[in-house]
Amino acid sequence: MIAVLVEVEDGRAALVSQEALTFARGLAGDGDSVEAVVVAAPGTDLSAVVGDCAAYGVARVHVADSAELSSYAAAAWAGVLDTAAGDASVILAGGSNRGSEILAHLATRRDLPMAANAVSARVDGSTTTLQRQVVGGAVIETMTLAASPAILTLAGHAVEPVPADAPGAAEVVTTSPAIAADDLRARVVSVTPRAGGDGASLTRAKIVVGAGRGAGGPDGFGGVDALAAKLGGVVGVSRVVTSLGWRPHHEQVGQTGNRINPDLYVPCGISGAIQHWAGCSSSKTIIAINTDAEAPMVTKAAYAIVGDMHEVIPAILAELDKR
Amino acid sequence: MTNVLVCIKRVPEATGEVSLTADGRGIDGTHSGYTTSPNEECAVELAVQAADGGQATVLTLGPGDAIDQLRSALAVGMTDGIHIEADSDAYGPGDVAREIAAAVRAREAGGTAYDLILLGNDAADTGDFQVGVRLAYALGQPVVTGIQNVSVAGGVATLTGEGPDGTETYEVSLPAVVTILEGGVEPRYPSVMGRMKAKKAPVEVLAPSAAPAGSGRESLTVPPPPPNQVQVLGTGPAAAPAFVSTLVELGVIR
Ligand SMILES: Cc1cc2nc3c(=O)[nH]c(=O)nc-3n(C[C@H](O)[C@H](O)[C@H](O)COP(=O)(O)OP(=O)(O)OC[C@H]3O[C@@H](n4cnc5c(N)ncnc54)[C@H](O)[C@@H]3O)c2cc1C
Repeated sequence: MIAVLVEVEDGRAALVSQEALTFARGLAGDGDSVEAVVVAAPGTDLSAVVGDCAAYGVARVHVADSAELSSYAAAAWAGVLDTAAGDASVILAGGSNRGSEILAHLATRRDLPMAANAVSARVDGSTTTLQRQVVGGAVIETMTLAASPAILTLAGHAVEPVPADAPGAAEVVTTSPAIAADDLRARVVSVTPRAGGDGASLTRAKIVVGAGRGAGGPDGFGGVDALAAKLGGVVGVSRVVTSLGWRPHHEQVGQTGNRINPDLYVPCGISGAIQHWAGCSSSKTIIAINTDAEAPMVTKAAYAIVGDMHEVIPAILAELDKR
Repeated sequence: MTNVLVCIKRVPEATGEVSLTADGRGIDGTHSGYTTSPNEECAVELAVQAADGGQATVLTLGPGDAIDQLRSALAVGMTDGIHIEADSDAYGPGDVAREIAAAVRAREAGGTAYDLILLGNDAADTGDFQVGVRLAYALGQPVVTGIQNVSVAGGVATLTGEGPDGTETYEVSLPAVVTILEGGVEPRYPSVMGRMKAKKAPVEVLAPSAAPAGSGRESLTVPPPPPNQVQVLGTGPAAAPAFVSTLVELGVIR
């Protein structure tokens, strides 16, 4: 059996979890089933999540509803996953912060190794050989996990989520496991909804307009803001921009920022350092605007305009206004 | 006053194509140079703020040259260093956690107990995402990952970070282990005074406590860059109409 931690986002199975379920189906051998483990605050409506799991070929969904799970505590979540996963041969989660954190707890509790950010894996008895992203995805490591179960997280957007060909119904098993006091020492005591924009809206955006050092200063974002608004998109920036204090960090794209996954990314005045590329390489189409035709962002893009963003963007806005 | 330990890692600073060592098992930073991850620079800044007159120790497990990264942290206000001299490539995340725990226990035996231990959320090179968690379990302490802000009062750390539904707050009794993500604080620049102090600050050099089990790494490969297939839509403002018609072709606008 392959156990997958499924995270809940807006009442559905999170995108990273859909990716993990797709990956798990690929790993499952003949007669192997995929089971999902869902931990959520008691009373959460999980019917759509169970439906998503079934659509992705999950045979059984384990749901824990202990009162102590009303607010997030990684150790408690890991304890629930530990019990539900039982003697699974692979325990998998999407490579979100939360998925990685919970699996790190689980691996430590079972005294087993764990691999983060896998992109492919081959399980052979008690040895798993896998490829995973290191250096933000600029380098691929081949490694062996000489232990069973194989505990791994899947790199974000490494796999296209695809529902199962012939899904069946998923059996739901609800349990109320006892939660150890020690596992509640670190738990969320409050959540403040973000007032302005946030990283989450960037990671979900279908269109992102990017700006880097080429913006020139804190006042250099009028064009990208207007273009993003006009296209119904969101602004993302490079680390140079956030570390100079021109824009807030939650707008940063890259290894230490957000990993975006849009249909269209329009990076303006961004060179395309590997750490920035780490956050935008899953964009379906990139149209770069840069003064340097040799900048990595330009040579890796599908389309480019070579020119000064402060001249090009106003011309684009005017052109869009004509329509 | 809080005694704080921060754990940092020396990593290659390549921003362009990454070079591998001759045996294909490591990253060669001789040309790119080395740095500390932005996450860990923020951890150092938070440690300096949280220490508030207490001991602020910076620790690394790494080769002899990793003294540079320790000195950079000492230059911005850390008070002393611990250098576990070892080839970090030979150490898996479990090994690193065990070595840090051993150093923490040795300090404890010597009379210094750390109230708060900070690490980067995930190393910029190996991205293992687990050293902090393993360390916390080894020490029997609670752990929170992905934190951007830390404040300490009355033996309790208030921690905030970004969760799926908004900004999450934790209140954790000390001692505790916390891993840091960039974005909550701006790391300070070293002053001339700071650099002078860093040269003289005490750095305890330790040998690893046990042989490493290793990380399971077989080899590294650098995927070839995608072939340059860029279609240049034009130069300067004159390219605006081509940009708009490309958006139409892509179905972004009608
Ligand atoms: C461990 C680590 C983690 C990191 N994490 C991140 C991260 O998460 N995100 C991130 O972005 N970076 C990250 N970085 C930093 C990264 O290495 C680069 O330094 C950064 O991405 C560069 O930002 P930039 O492209 O805006 O600036 P630059 O590299 O300076 O590039 C500016 C570009 O703008 C172009 N330009 C200049 N003026 C104009 C103009 N008027 N019009 C059009 N084009 C113009 C130039 O030709 C150039 O290509 C990280 C670094 C490390 C070591």
